[in-house]
Amino acid sequence: MPRRDDISTILVLGSGPIVIGQACEFDYSGTQACRVLREEGYRVVLVNSNPATIMTDPGLAHRTYVEPLVPDVVAAIVERERPDAVLPTMGGQTALNLAVALHSSGVLERFGVELIGASLEAIRTAEDRERFKEAMTEIGLAVPDSGFAHDLDEALAIGEAVGFPAMVRPSFILGGAGTGIARDSAELAELARAGLAASPVSEILVERSIAGWKEYELEVMRDRADNCVVVCSIENFDPMGVHTGDSITVAPAQTLSDVEYQAMRDAALACIRRVGVETGGSNIQFAVDPATGQRLVIEMNPRVSRSSALASKATGFPIAKIAARLAVGYTLDEIANDITKATPASFEPTIDYVVTKVPRWAFEKLPGVADRLGTRMQSVGEVMAIGRTFPESLQKALRGLEQGRLGLNCDPAEARLEACSTEELLERARVATPERPFEVEALLRREVPVERVAEATGIDPWFLDRIEEIVEGRRLLDGLARAGAGALAGVPASTWRRLKRLGFSDAQIAWRLEVEEREVRVARLAAGVAATFKTVDTCGAEFAAETPYYYSTYEEEDEVRPAEKPRVVILGSGPNRIGQGIEFDYCCVHASQALREAGYETVMVNCNPETVSTDYDTSDRLYFEPITEEDVLGVLEAERSAGAGGVVGVIVGLGGQTPLKLAGRLGPGQVLGTSPESIDAAEDRERWAALCARLEIPQPAGGVARSLAEARAVAERIGYPVLVRPSYVLGGRAMEIVYDDQGLEEAMAQLQGKGSLGREGGLSAERPVLVDRFLEDAVEVDVDAVRDSAGEVLIGGVMEHVEEAGVHSGDSACAIPPPTLSAETVAVLEGYTASIAGALEVVGPLNVQYAVKSGQVFVIEANPRASRTVPFVSKATGVPLARVAARLMLGATLAELRAEGMLASAVAPGASAVAPGARSRNVSVKEAVLPFDRFPGVDALLGPEMRSTGEVMGVAPTFGLAFAKSQIAAGNRLPESGLVLFSLADRDKPQGLLAARSFAELGFSIAATEGTAEYLEDNGVAVATRVAKIGEGGAARGLPDAVELIAGDGVRLVVNTPRGRGSRADGAYIRRAASANRVPILTTVAAARAAAAGIADWARLGLSVTSLQEHQELLVGPEGAPPARARTGEEAPKR
Amino acid sequence: MRARHPEALVVLADGTTFRGEAFGALASGEATVATGELVFNTAMSGYQEIVTDPSYAGQVIAFTYPHIGNYGVSPADEESGRPYCRGIVVRDLASRPSSWRAEGDLESFLEAHGLGGVCGVDTRRLTRHVREVGAMPCALGTAPEGELLLAAKAEPGTEGVDLVGEVTTAAPYEVPGGPLRVVAYDFGVKATMLRSLSSFATVEVVPATTPADEVLASRPDGVLLSNGPGDPAALSHLVATVRELLGEVPVFGICLGHQLVAAALGASTYKLHFGHHGANHPVRRLSTGTVEVTSQNHGYAVDPGSLERAPEAVEVTHVNLNDGVVEGIECRGLRAFAVQYHPEAGPGPHDARYLFGRFRDLMERSETAGRRP
Repeated sequence: MPRRDDISTILVLGSGPIVIGQACEFDYSGTQACRVLREEGYRVVLVNSNPATIMTDPGLAHRTYVEPLVPDVVAAIVERERPDAVLPTMGGQTALNLAVALHSSGVLERFGVELIGASLEAIRTAEDRERFKEAMTEIGLAVPDSGFAHDLDEALAIGEAVGFPAMVRPSFILGGAGTGIARDSAELAELARAGLAASPVSEILVERSIAGWKEYELEVMRDRADNCVVVCSIENFDPMGVHTGDSITVAPAQTLSDVEYQAMRDAALACIRRVGVETGGSNIQFAVDPATGQRLVIEMNPRVSRSSALASKATGFPIAKIAARLAVGYTLDEIANDITKATPASFEPTIDYVVTKVPRWAFEKLPGVADRLGTRMQSVGEVMAIGRTFPESLQKALRGLEQGRLGLNCDPAEARLEACSTEELLERARVATPERPFEVEALLRREVPVERVAEATGIDPWFLDRIEEIVEGRRLLDGLARAGAGALAGVPASTWRRLKRLGFSDAQIAWRLEVEEREVRVARLAAGVAATFKTVDTCGAEFAAETPYYYSTYEEEDEVRPAEKPRVVILGSGPNRIGQGIEFDYCCVHASQALREAGYETVMVNCNPETVSTDYDTSDRLYFEPITEEDVLGVLEAERSAGAGGVVGVIVGLGGQTPLKLAGRLGPGQVLGTSPESIDAAEDRERWAALCARLEIPQPAGGVARSLAEARAVAERIGYPVLVRPSYVLGGRAMEIVYDDQGLEEAMAQLQGKGSLGREGGLSAERPVLVDRFLEDAVEVDVDAVRDSAGEVLIGGVMEHVEEAGVHSGDSACAIPPPTLSAETVAVLEGYTASIAGALEVVGPLNVQYAVKSGQVFVIEANPRASRTVPFVSKATGVPLARVAARLMLGATLAELRAEGMLASAVAPGASAVAPGARSRNVSVKEAVLPFDRFPGVDALLGPEMRSTGEVMGVAPTFGLAFAKSQIAAGNRLPESGLVLFSLADRDKPQGLLAARSFAELGFSIAATEGTAEYLEDNGVAVATRVAKIGEGGAARGLPDAVELIAGDGVRLVVNTPRGRGSRADGAYIRRAASANRVPILTTVAAARAAAAGIADWARLGLSVTSLQEHQELLVGPEGAPPARARTGEEAPKR
Repeated sequence: MRARHPEALVVLADGTTFRGEAFGALASGEATVATGELVFNTAMSGYQEIVTDPSYAGQVIAFTYPHIGNYGVSPADEESGRPYCRGIVVRDLASRPSSWRAEGDLESFLEAHGLGGVCGVDTRRLTRHVREVGAMPCALGTAPEGELLLAAKAEPGTEGVDLVGEVTTAAPYEVPGGPLRVVAYDFGVKATMLRSLSSFATVEVVPATTPADEVLASRPDGVLLSNGPGDPAALSHLVATVRELLGEVPVFGICLGHQLVAAALGASTYKLHFGHHGANHPVRRLSTGTVEVTSQNHGYAVDPGSLERAPEAVEVTHVNLNDGVVEGIECRGLRAFAVQYHPEAGPGPHDARYLFGRFRDLMERSETAGRRP
């Protein structure tokens, strides 16, 4: 069946900011969908609030709305664009929920919009637990039985019905309190009693427990002719009980016999047919009892998902791309397999390797959260590795995580397990944590039998047996280590091959043999054992593959094909983590696009399956490899032998800290753009201070400390408060503002051995701590710029932060153009940036952070690499900064790019892309999205340690409106009226007064804690409700306390500033109450003032939506020409 | 530490050599050698069914999926009483199976039947080589390379060889089941195929050499022509039998049975470059246009051009979407239909199981219509 001609405009819904559970896999799928639909000649309208995505590049859709993903905003877009159809299956749960909301509000019907990809009926059947259960029962598939109980009798009756063991989960309980597993009715009675008491609504869910069962997922596709294929099977290493997003998962399924697998396949096809997903992909989760093989359906997602991104990368079968084609009417057999070109997509990929995904968590950034894994997803990113066997892929994945591990133990970090007794280790391994795989290896190394480890962990013995093979490899290494010095030279090729086939990294081997990694590499290569690269081809080599998508392993044949052009290797950013996420992937993808256009072959190296960069058609060649010295050198060697112009160099400056760390290890002359020498000059505290002094750019007073005594000495010299931060970290890791000696002591302890940074390498002579005077009440400013090899500097954007200095720039909202900075200040900022770029001889991107206090500009730090804000700046200004930077790194000059049209002539030499206010009729605001709703135990306050997972952008004619939009997009909808609760630290009261006054003028009632209330009333702001702080005996005086007031549903917004000393503990209660009751909370006065401005403008101007294309049209230069439009190489709409 | 296997080689008749380690029976002797035609199978599960599929008689099976033996072996997964293949080549052999169904491990199972294989092999390199040069005789074992090469060159392969005699049942036997009566010619029949039939028919399994008139005399409702090993061109005696059956009774041919039906109708067969051996082949059912994901195992195929020249009207009903190979034919006039792939699966997807229903319908319709004279 050919494409549908009865629709012409399609609205694609994105997934919004990166949050836990919904990450850049939806940028990958949405980007593919937009591309495909455009290729098919449809007019594509996209809405997504996340500016860091590739999908929101203005060239990918005809109309791109970077607007909040909420029903009224999307309805306004529908009204404006009049799409014929909405595709809701590419944007995760957010998009599905939006689709349902648009239906319920009648918008779809009113504007005659059809849902494609999944019908409303299908969405509802899959999403509603009861309906799903009914549907599955109807087709003879079993689901775990469960029921809600409101009293003991009801609980016991459900318990009898569902069978034991039964899981009890109280409703509306944060942090899993009161959850447990009952083995019989007596235990159930006990748990139910406690659970009912714990639940605020006296409700518990009693469910048949399947914890410990094996967990599987199948990725299924269906077309409108009812052709169905299973793209990939996935087996979880961790048994049921750990969220699949937090599980180590392996493709294909390893321990199912064909009889069981085919029965599961039959069930999956029956499920997708019954749920009624007519066109597209779904993933279906199963639990299997390891003792009997009994199989239950757990859930079904009628859309592309994190697993389908993984399955696409794991097999080479592009699920989202094909799902988009199916949604517009094609059938699977009409679509060619991209990889073989010769065969159709209506087949089931077969793979001849093993894929392992390992999640990455951020517990170190969330003090107070136990690193215990459960049914709620907590990971922020993931790494995928491909190896010919499970041991190889597991060890590759673990070293790709970049958490200081070189593989599955056999590294310095294993020492902390060595101290545990075997019994202790076994007890620990009973609980799923990020450490469990390492504990398992240690147990097996201590010769604890596989059976016992399996019993303790629920991990299938097959996986454990494979880990035991790694243990045997380790013993081989131990033997070599005993042989002492010189052992390396005598290691036979067969031993090398065995170790490398088990996935041991050179670094692990070097650690065990107490030699340098480089020596291992030399000895190994001398023995003739080098990495070979194999192709991911969907078909187990049955057909020739057209797509150069490779992974390394240790085999007899290398498949890297000869190249045709000189190549540029781009190192990606590895797994997403807080501080380094999709923004860097965006930069790498842009570099690849720009350099392909410029006539190079691009070679991408990355290991993050969620990303666009690891899409096999983003670059000319893709190596799915960990970003480590060994793996990158392997790729470089392979590419050097591929001929035709060789490797021009490696780009390390666009993927964040990950590739930057390798800059010095790639060999002389390999790094393109800014030299490793300059990178070091910016990072090295003393050299940097000297450089600033030479340039006469003021820095806050500060110093370097390698011990507490040195830190104290610095603090004494410069005075408190001070900002303490380790060097060579990203995302403000372990950064803290301290106000006194005690605080300094605590902060330094955190950085040493036992502290949270200890496991990441800790404090050392090579990694000193920077201690700087903290500038209170300063405005923080980020400047992104690029410089070419001829010395010309282009200022990409000057971003003024909403939150004052001290809140990590990644967690702070910021605006372009800067709303409060004077033109003189902006000129100073631009001038400093240009001088720094020159002094560091930057070739490519540069980000400089400044603090502006009382009109004086201080430089905080400079990073000669792409920053987190590059995508935002590019979207706000229309200047494709990452593309420009990549070209400059390859030697192009800004003048040349201007001549090419990549930068419009309006951007004069030395000028900024957007001068403050002058050329833009819109203000763009970026807001951070924080993960606090996932971690109820964590205090929701902002500080110098970055904790946001993603960002959104609001574009509007005024700062207030853009800020309000950014808040809505971040899930923090500002109220239009009602009660605002203020609780301010003393130092915030003068500024807080201004905010409170604005709210009062807007008609809000003010509530305030006692001290704040007094201050406000003394200054003429009426306080309607006074509340007591916790523990101050307010009740005795007849005052409600803040928590009661918030819980009582009266408060619409909370402004609580915790900075400084004293108010911390009290504020935490208020903030937690606000989170629990879903009341928006602002923790800085600056944000409160911005919110007041936003609410005022919202009331005055109302909601309006504008596309990025229109916004960038407005960026009119002095001569009337649009400056620096992104050149996308894509033509205007066909229809 | 688990036992290490002795070093071994896989040597192809063209001299290409692959390093590995011997296991099973090949690990037990001084200088072991096994020979056969080397084919690769791309299914990711179902190794036991594949190993015990009599159609692999005369062949050495290389598995493209690297981990083989993961879930052990179970009597329920045997497609015949013993493995008929000559050996297997794998990247990684599981030393410890894990499954509630497992009653043993693959290596011991093979060894018990005097079979073995080579593991640790770069099976992807091997597959790419076979893809280029075609299915080819090979030798594997711990013997010296020269000896293995000689053995590989001496190995006749499957072309022109009658392998059915090796695998067919010596005496007829009955598989009890449904009310219809089917005679199944055992050219190497798979257990799953008989199980599929038994849901609606009682099956009399007969040796390949059973004369047609003997079968017709028993007045069955239908005849199944089973799968089997090797080159159909070497089986002219069976073609003659099939020719006698066609038109007399509803006939369902599978795999080799399909080739024999085509040959009996006057069509010819040819050897595929490296065959179809896997569980993911897309086949279009021409009557509906829909696609079935199928289980396949054949090294020979029916020449579509020769079908057009057949005297009876033969319709091509199924086509392989990867390479256009004829996957199914029907001759309505003679109440016969056949498919090249394996609707019974075992291993593989169940998408084509409806064909057994079609066979039942055909037999039931014939019953009501009364048998032809």
